[in-house]
Amino acid sequence: MTDPRLSRRSALKGLAGASALFGAPALLSACGDDSEKPTANTGSATDPITFGSNYSDDATKTAFAALTSAATTSTKVPITVNTVDHNTFQNNISTYLQGTPDSLATWFAGYRLQFFAAQGLLTPIDDVWEKIGGNFNDAAKSLSKGIDGKYYLVPLYNYPWVVFYNKSVFAAKGYQVPKTWDDFIALCKKMKTDGLIPIAFAEKDGWPALGTFDIINLRVNGYDYHIKLMKHEVPWTDPGVTAVFDKWRELMPYLQNGANGRTWQDAAKALENKQAGMMFQGSNQVAANYAPANLADLDFFPYPVINPTYGQDYMDAPTDGFMLPKKGKNTAAAKAVLEYIGTAAAETKFLETDHWDVGLANGLVAPTYNEIQKKSVAEIAKCKNVSQFMDRDTVPDMATAMIKAIQTFVDSPTAETVSSIQKSAEDQAKTIFTK
Amino acid sequence: MSVSRFNRRDGLVVAAMLGVPLIIDAAFIWLPALASVGLSFTKWTGVGGVQLKSCDSLPSVPGIPQPGCLNGVDNYSQAFTTYPDFWPAVQHNIIWLLVFAGFATPLGMLFAVVIDRGIRGSRIYQSVLFLPVMLSLALIGIIWELIYSPNYGLINSVIGRTADDNLIDWLGDPSLNLWALLVEASWRQAGYVMILYLAGLKAVDPALREAAQIDGATGWQTFWRVIFPAMRPINIVVMVVTVIESLRAFDLVYITSGGNPLKGLELLSVAVTQNIVGETQRIGFGSTLGVILLAISLVPITIFLYQAFRREESPK
Amino acid sequence: MKPSRLSSAAAQVFMVVMLVLWLTPVVFALYVALRPIAETNEHGYVSLPRSLTLDNFRAAWTQSDMWHFFLNSLYITVPAVLLTLFLASSFAYVVSRLRFRWNIALLILFTAGNLLPQQVIITPLFRLYLAIPLPHWLSESGLMYNSYLGLIVINVAFQLGFCVFVLSNYMKTLPAELDEAAIVDGAGVWTRYWRLTLPLCRPALAALATLLTTWIYNDFFWAITLISTGDKRPVTSALANLQGQFVANQNMIAAAALIAAIPTLIVYVALQKQFIAGLSLGSTKG
Repeated sequence: MTDPRLSRRSALKGLAGASALFGAPALLSACGDDSEKPTANTGSATDPITFGSNYSDDATKTAFAALTSAATTSTKVPITVNTVDHNTFQNNISTYLQGTPDSLATWFAGYRLQFFAAQGLLTPIDDVWEKIGGNFNDAAKSLSKGIDGKYYLVPLYNYPWVVFYNKSVFAAKGYQVPKTWDDFIALCKKMKTDGLIPIAFAEKDGWPALGTFDIINLRVNGYDYHIKLMKHEVPWTDPGVTAVFDKWRELMPYLQNGANGRTWQDAAKALENKQAGMMFQGSNQVAANYAPANLADLDFFPYPVINPTYGQDYMDAPTDGFMLPKKGKNTAAAKAVLEYIGTAAAETKFLETDHWDVGLANGLVAPTYNEIQKKSVAEIAKCKNVSQFMDRDTVPDMATAMIKAIQTFVDSPTAETVSSIQKSAEDQAKTIFTK
Repeated sequence: MSVSRFNRRDGLVVAAMLGVPLIIDAAFIWLPALASVGLSFTKWTGVGGVQLKSCDSLPSVPGIPQPGCLNGVDNYSQAFTTYPDFWPAVQHNIIWLLVFAGFATPLGMLFAVVIDRGIRGSRIYQSVLFLPVMLSLALIGIIWELIYSPNYGLINSVIGRTADDNLIDWLGDPSLNLWALLVEASWRQAGYVMILYLAGLKAVDPALREAAQIDGATGWQTFWRVIFPAMRPINIVVMVVTVIESLRAFDLVYITSGGNPLKGLELLSVAVTQNIVGETQRIGFGSTLGVILLAISLVPITIFLYQAFRREESPK
Repeated sequence: MKPSRLSSAAAQVFMVVMLVLWLTPVVFALYVALRPIAETNEHGYVSLPRSLTLDNFRAAWTQSDMWHFFLNSLYITVPAVLLTLFLASSFAYVVSRLRFRWNIALLILFTAGNLLPQQVIITPLFRLYLAIPLPHWLSESGLMYNSYLGLIVINVAFQLGFCVFVLSNYMKTLPAELDEAAIVDGAGVWTRYWRLTLPLCRPALAALATLLTTWIYNDFFWAITLISTGDKRPVTSALANLQGQFVANQNMIAAAALIAAIPTLIVYVALQKQFIAGLSLGSTKG
């Protein structure tokens, strides 16, 4: 039998800790904001560091291992990688950063970065950017900054959200890549009569359909409107939002049925098996999910033009990178590693085994790029502006509310549903955004 | 016997036997729970501390979350009014409870009774029916994804409904998915209840049965008039388990919809999780939902337990 | 009671149908796990096998470092189960076998504690865990947070309620003369609890041990919220890692999840004998 004294002792300690925590009158304010304290543990520039990673997919994990070992060779900093799966990592990010975080951690650009930076959980890395600034364009720079204008992220790659299709299917049936919305709808009709599912579609995971909302919004209302809407400077009941859903309703008959219960992997499978004609999603998912043998057949085009004012000027191209948690140890060494990662050489190393993302360093064309990657670089470069994706451009609570709203819409795409979810979204936005 | 009759050593032993579990329970369960009740009146992202000031008095900078602050009963009124998941969640929790109480639990009891009668192969039945209770959530999620998946799943493949124009969206369709999940949940619950009742049935004095049979009672009568009442302690356990499991039900939905419950699958405990254990936390609001859930579950259970225990205390 | 032949035939048919219903999902998952992903991608899960192999199992085992995570689960589950049973039975003994004034209130307190959803207490608990220091030989982080001990303690605390409830219910059914006779013989409280009462509780303890093992072993909520180092997590939350690692390979994930289920199955089979022996032992006392 286990020694009960052990648990009693810890329980007593627990009580002591608890009374320290909850003792009046400080109550919960005593929960302590450690982030305010200066970080004592800077260390020397070659101390070992740990690296928290959500690159849990097999191939990405390998690519990341290549990157960290190259970083060790270059900086002499030994790196231990602490891999945690995607979902768990994201869900626990707040407790992770406040607990015992690693020296460095993977994260996303956009509001999702600014949110945590603004709460003092990250160390600004302006000094790193003084050295690596020349490697990146202005878009990448602004994505790496917090609201306070300081840098908090070193970006690694991004990837485009575009319409994927199989070249062989388009060639066999004589389909043309649609330029405009009308062409797009006509093509969908044709595919349907040819016995294909026009557009593979899945929404069980919640976020994939946000991409469809984003792109129609960008095409109908433009980038500035998108950003304003994400910041709730435009209400969700705005006619602009109704217009987005109206376009989407035109498309609904051509999207794969039963999307709310389908994982995006199964949708990608329908495209790969040529049961579906097209699929709109990130290359990071569709291309990564394709069997290597079928990858050569995969191609994409940017979403068709809806409003000629905005043409094909914008797309979602989410950027991933690395941040420096304030409570992490050995900051000096961590910064040295970041300086290495912010170079074209480091990105090239990473992209040796990653065949669906593209590096962000100026003019980088990694020798290992495939056709999809080369085209991704070209298409992203053509954009006047790229957005980050709804769940990265707005408060996460709002993105969660919209996931629900959009699932409701997918389930019953009627005008009544649209007006009711717009109202509900606006009600929730008010509670989320007003203080 | 009363506590006062203990000698010194016995007194210390009793104090330790009561004290250690109590301290652990108080420190790690009740203290956090009480703190959560406090938090339910605040607005807090979980970062930094909570200031004992009204949220209205603190500045609000766009894009930067306010520090933790006192929000009065706003969270509660928000839950009842603006939060769209609340009322569907209450409704689904009630359905869940009804299905458990009316179907899964009786089914488990039936399993136990049949097995207890010494049916041939009872060991195998017992093991197989209990199997789902032992599987991890991850495995259960994968298993049922394989069963329900619209294009590739077992059910749709077998009944030939995998084409785009006729497929059945078991997990996505809001009129179906709660029931699909209840099948999964009952699959687990029945085995659990079965084991509890098996333990109960084994403890029933065989003489009771024999006496009833001599009196000419049928198997059915014997069970309901003699055996079932004799299992009172287990009945209480099972009842409490049924209520707890229906109100706490969250894991199957969580694993099915990856954190964001699909329409039709809203449950109170899922709503709590979504707000508290997420990338950005609405600790205050999530705690409010948790307190509501707690209140709903505590009231009937406390009344029931009190009645149950008190009746036992009083001489028969 | 001798059931009639007709009713026992009906019972047999009913149980066979249920057996098939209960097994189908698990067997189907096993079937998928035995087939290569390329094959199921092309032909769907519901199709005749072209090849059946253990490759998915082999790959899951080697690529996920599963042995390491199994050990983590062992370090957490075994002490937690033993500790919970010990503490719960001693508490249950006092409140159910001694005429103790506050017994109903205490029982309700514990049972109600078990009603709390984990999510409700996690935020304050997380803060509490960050505030409790531990010596470095117990926890690398120097804190209750991110330590095995922290995980054991919360599992014990969280499961205590249910166990106290079940055990006190069980102990109440033991005849009161038991204690009275022992008191006459001059036995102290400890002897009466440890030597006399506990052995009689074997069926309940075996049943609880089985349930506790599966619950604690399968828990992943505490593990993902209170352990931040991926390598320290028990096998069930490490499965999530694997799920992230092979998103598109359902077959291999199914294989890994099936491997992870083996220890609970072993515990069940091992304790089942105990369990049944204990149960029949319990029946004699009426």
